[in-house]
Amino acid sequence: MTARRALIGLAAVLLVALPLWVPGNYDISVGSEILIYAIFALSVDLLIGFAGLVSLGHAGLFSLAGYTLAVCLGAGFGQPAAIALALAVALAGTAVFAALSLRTTGVGFIMITLALGQIMWGLAYRWVGLTGGDNGISVSARPAPFGISLAVPSHFYEATLIVFAGAVFAYRVFVESPFGASLRGTRDQPRRMTALGYNVWMIRFSAFMVSGLLAAIAGILFVFRAEFISPPTAALTASAEPVLMAISGGSGTILGPIVGAALVELVKNVASAYISRWNMLLGGTFVVIVMFMPEGLVPGTMRLLRRRFGARPPAPVVAAGTAERKPPP
Amino acid sequence: MWTILAINSVTFGGLLFLLSAGFSLIFGLMRVPNLTHGSMFMLGGYIGGSLIASWHLPFWLAALVAAAAVAAFGGVMERFLLRRLAGSVLAQVLVTLGVAFMVSDFSLMVWGGDPLSVDAPRALAGGTRALGVFFPTYRIAVILIAVAVAAILWAMLDRTRLGAMIRAGVDDPEMARVVGIRVSRLFTIVFCLGAGLAGFGGVMGAPILSVYPGLDFAMLPLALVVVILGGAGSLPGSLVGSIVIGFIYNFGLVMVPQLAYFILFLPMVLVLVLRPQGLFGRAAP
Repeated sequence: MTARRALIGLAAVLLVALPLWVPGNYDISVGSEILIYAIFALSVDLLIGFAGLVSLGHAGLFSLAGYTLAVCLGAGFGQPAAIALALAVALAGTAVFAALSLRTTGVGFIMITLALGQIMWGLAYRWVGLTGGDNGISVSARPAPFGISLAVPSHFYEATLIVFAGAVFAYRVFVESPFGASLRGTRDQPRRMTALGYNVWMIRFSAFMVSGLLAAIAGILFVFRAEFISPPTAALTASAEPVLMAISGGSGTILGPIVGAALVELVKNVASAYISRWNMLLGGTFVVIVMFMPEGLVPGTMRLLRRRFGARPPAPVVAAGTAERKPPP
Repeated sequence: MWTILAINSVTFGGLLFLLSAGFSLIFGLMRVPNLTHGSMFMLGGYIGGSLIASWHLPFWLAALVAAAAVAAFGGVMERFLLRRLAGSVLAQVLVTLGVAFMVSDFSLMVWGGDPLSVDAPRALAGGTRALGVFFPTYRIAVILIAVAVAAILWAMLDRTRLGAMIRAGVDDPEMARVVGIRVSRLFTIVFCLGAGLAGFGGVMGAPILSVYPGLDFAMLPLALVVVILGGAGSLPGSLVGSIVIGFIYNFGLVMVPQLAYFILFLPMVLVLVLRPQGLFGRAAP
């Protein structure tokens, strides 16, 4: 445990000092991007890993927050008001998403979230009057809290890191709380949880709201970083990426989605310099990881480490959704 | 104006039926929402369009060849990817999604970014005048074909031994296995059939919609909404759902073009709230 603490401490120091040891502004900006996507991946994995619900529509919530922010800033709102409105609208959207998709679980949940996400994409693409259609919306001003201009890449990175650290800390407290335990209970044994008197629907709904809040925070940071938002932000690919991040890194852990986000974003940035076939790579990685490494990279490595001590490996998370069909008596 | 819009809606509904009937059957039997289905529709359109443009095959022959090619693709996917993941529905869904991304990128690589427009067969080009209104002949033909396919599918499911086996598999796969039905072979057959229908629909739709990058993920949610509306595994459900969505989508495009995609959401919300298993679906066991 002390070794683990030391590693986390070292990682924290490296992250805080990142602007000092990476070469240029572009790389610092990639660092911010990874942190933003890590928050997004954690948001999606709260549902996949802890509730057993795979959402393929989270880009809809991410971009709902982003678009609201961009539209409000364009309409002349101040930064704090625009951010507050973006969070409020995204939470309202999350409530609608959750209320509809939680009519079912398992495969039905995937289909409904996918359809809802595509509807958000359709709105972003077609509602030209509001969203600018294919041209998207440019946002020129990053906020300047306490007089520190976030237009400087390293300042923006550090601000993102503070939000990220806060999100990870809150996430950890959340999943380790009694509520987190009851959420895992609804994933593994929904019927027994109901029999024990828990309101399974309400637990799932609350988890979805927390997930939506995280997605909205990521969406807001995304718009401030890119200073731009356009329909691909809401596309199915954008919803699939955090799912891939969570699953490749190791679903149901905290470190997993973060590592997954770093891997996917690094591969994406490196690969896009050489090839333009990012979707091919994304799809191929999906197929390979699901076929051959369903438990993800972090638990896979942990399993190899644990094997030396003779502990039992955890069950692959990807199989969790099927437990729904055959509850044990 | 309203008549022509109604005709267009029914035509679009017919195309949606070709797309969603297979989707619904696959979902009903295997419990896997095949997220590659939109890609199969697009692939069918591209293959058929290329056969017509470059090889000068007659339209109907090209449509059949394209349907067969897409069916073979579906068979390979089922046999070599989904079969290995039997028992883990979630993993199967993610694999179909991964393949969908690969197909979309592959098509962009092969056919480029420009839309591929396909001419309707010459015998059906132009229009027909009836009851004082001018109807585009090809669209009427698509409606007739969709009706014919619906009738054939119904007869196959309701009157043949294979159909009885598929219905048994949809109702209770475990019991079907116990009485000696090779359900895994049914999976392959149904997957090929569904893929072939989607590919055929893609060629049928090509003269109307043209084939373009992104058609796959534009059609996929429509198939999802049709199945959520109609109920999984139900043929009448797909038919009614397709026509309803065809009308809503086309009328939406004319009346509120900016929100056409959004109002597809309304019937879905109504059905989910009032009858989550879909209009013709049965409650989950």
